[in-house]
Amino acid sequence: MFKKEFIDRYRKKKEEWEKNTVNPVLKKMPERYPEFFTASSKIPVKRLYGPDDLEDMDYMEKVGFPGEYPFTRGVQATGYRGKLWTRRQVAGLPTPKETNKRLKYLIGQGQTGLNVVFDMPTHCGLDPDDELALGEVGKEGVPLYSLEDMEDMMEGINPSDVSMSIIDKGTVTTAFYFVYAEKQGVDIKGLRGTTQNDMLHYYHTSYHHDTPLKVNLMLLTDLMEYCSKNVPQWNPVSISGYNIRESGCSAAQEIAFCLGEAIAYTDLFLDRGMKVDEFAPRISFFLNAHNDFFEEIAKYRAMRRMWANIMRKRYGAQDSRSWLMRFHTQTAGSSLTAQLPYNNIVRTTVQALAAILGGTQSLHTNSFDEALSLPTEEAVQVALHTQLILTHENNVGSTVDPLAGSYFVESMTDQLEKEAWGILEKIEEMGGMVEATLNGWVIQEKAEYNRQVYQEIESGERTVVGLNCYQSDKKPEIKLFEHDPNAEKEVIGRIEKLRLKRDNEKLAAAMRVLEEDLKAGKNSMEATMEAVRCYATLGEIYDLYRRLFGHPKAPDVLFM
Amino acid sequence: MQRKRILVGKTGLDGHTVGLQVMSKAFRDAGYEVVYAGILLKPSDLVESAIQEDVDIIGVSILSGAHLEQIGLLLKLMKEKGLDDIPLIVGGVMPEKDVQTLKSQGMAEFFGPGASIPEIINRVDEIVEKYSQARSK
Repeated sequence: MFKKEFIDRYRKKKEEWEKNTVNPVLKKMPERYPEFFTASSKIPVKRLYGPDDLEDMDYMEKVGFPGEYPFTRGVQATGYRGKLWTRRQVAGLPTPKETNKRLKYLIGQGQTGLNVVFDMPTHCGLDPDDELALGEVGKEGVPLYSLEDMEDMMEGINPSDVSMSIIDKGTVTTAFYFVYAEKQGVDIKGLRGTTQNDMLHYYHTSYHHDTPLKVNLMLLTDLMEYCSKNVPQWNPVSISGYNIRESGCSAAQEIAFCLGEAIAYTDLFLDRGMKVDEFAPRISFFLNAHNDFFEEIAKYRAMRRMWANIMRKRYGAQDSRSWLMRFHTQTAGSSLTAQLPYNNIVRTTVQALAAILGGTQSLHTNSFDEALSLPTEEAVQVALHTQLILTHENNVGSTVDPLAGSYFVESMTDQLEKEAWGILEKIEEMGGMVEATLNGWVIQEKAEYNRQVYQEIESGERTVVGLNCYQSDKKPEIKLFEHDPNAEKEVIGRIEKLRLKRDNEKLAAAMRVLEEDLKAGKNSMEATMEAVRCYATLGEIYDLYRRLFGHPKAPDVLFM
Repeated sequence: MQRKRILVGKTGLDGHTVGLQVMSKAFRDAGYEVVYAGILLKPSDLVESAIQEDVDIIGVSILSGAHLEQIGLLLKLMKEKGLDDIPLIVGGVMPEKDVQTLKSQGMAEFFGPGASIPEIINRVDEIVEKYSQARSK
């Protein structure tokens, strides 16, 4: 990037600086550690970065311009000057009606995208009265077992006005949303939103227990194929580095595991006969914003460049939209502490800033009470206002990718990229991400990472303020979210009523068509939507999958 | 002295496994024989494993908020199967009043956020000892 003559001069000057200026300081005041590293990927961090670190970098090739290949500086030519990131807080309360109130509250508070998380039985394809669902209904998200629940959750919200994110997998809950929109008279062609659908991560990270992996991969492909024809602005998959990272891995591993999955899905869609430029623009990502500020910023920049490269060079995608890594970010839930919960506001703010400086398309900021319970409305307001303050008061969106050209950030971006390519190579050697997941390698890698982090916290090598140092004996008095003990019964009562009042003959006919389509290996989305129109429950559709394709197996754990 | 056996696992649909993994390793490092029952278990599965594996203590991790139902049922089943002379310890997140409720139902101890590994191991050693003395009387 610089002329050789300049670099030589710089190096010489730098040597003098070390000798005359640094060394005397070191004698008086040694540095705090013998070596410095990034917090998660353990990449060595030098005392000083300068032009010599970027000596070999071809700026045009590696960094370039915003909105142009390789997109290191972002996918939008004008950054946030045109459109701000979407503020998208997760919501999922114990009943669809309560969730509806929270969604309306968030919209009123300046939120521009909806982001709905479901309870565990919904994720696992179980109805609320299933034995396995005991005590789980409405606990970690909204229970959404039928079209009726979707109608209650969305009451008074026009699907044309919002971008909807469905944190779930498969076709069924998305079909609830599409059919709901249809019934509101909205053309589903115009619907905007995302279904998470990252099937591999459910296997190695969230451990959803619903159907075998191969069935899930088939359902993902069905939704991609259906949407590319019928709901062109919908993202049928969002590769969830967030969850992968939360369950324990480094920034470099987050990049590699995500891209490994994205490659696996791309191969799957190609096998189905789709063309890369038909689906690649609809692949989106969901990333974490963790504690090491610069490491995280470099992560987003490196990963964007890698994805552009994979799509263009490996898959030969021609459409420039196929090269874009668009992503949603959530600040790191696992960085929050139950001790001194107000400290979490500060953690979240800095993490959010990293995501914005890294060029995120949308953002969820965690509430300070989330290490203790579902967030209260007051805590959610602080979280959302954190984003609004960053937007309107701190002026961070006024220029595109402001950290580009920083010797440190560009070097870190390169190093994270190198590190991540190395991990990705290992995954490829194993036969790809499906294989690396099924053989337990990913789980093992994460368990090892967790062991290390906890050891560092226990030994004090890693400082967590208020947790292993600067503790306080005072228990914070904060208001916590309380679950209504009758909510589960209410949800079960409703589904029992629904099963009686719907047209069960019509439903049985629709279920037969779905069964035939599944058996014939046809795309199951149309038939799923028809069953949903007849108020099939989630558990009924998943029972059909389980009857046809068998039960899932919990992943083998090899960490011992 | 014979190594003490601890059965660890998660009941219900809760997928938060980090605590379980970290504690499994910690118990192993502290000299326990760890029987890893896994995740996504029904309370009845865990009780069945406890009987078959003849363990000295059961440890469950739960962060889903379903603790009153899941741990409540587990304690009830343990009583029914005559396993109430084996201690059940629980780790995770739950409100203080729920901890009291479950202790009144027989939960031996609860470890929440901030409990350090040495603290947990010391306390578990004590509990195992106390229960085994009670059994030999």
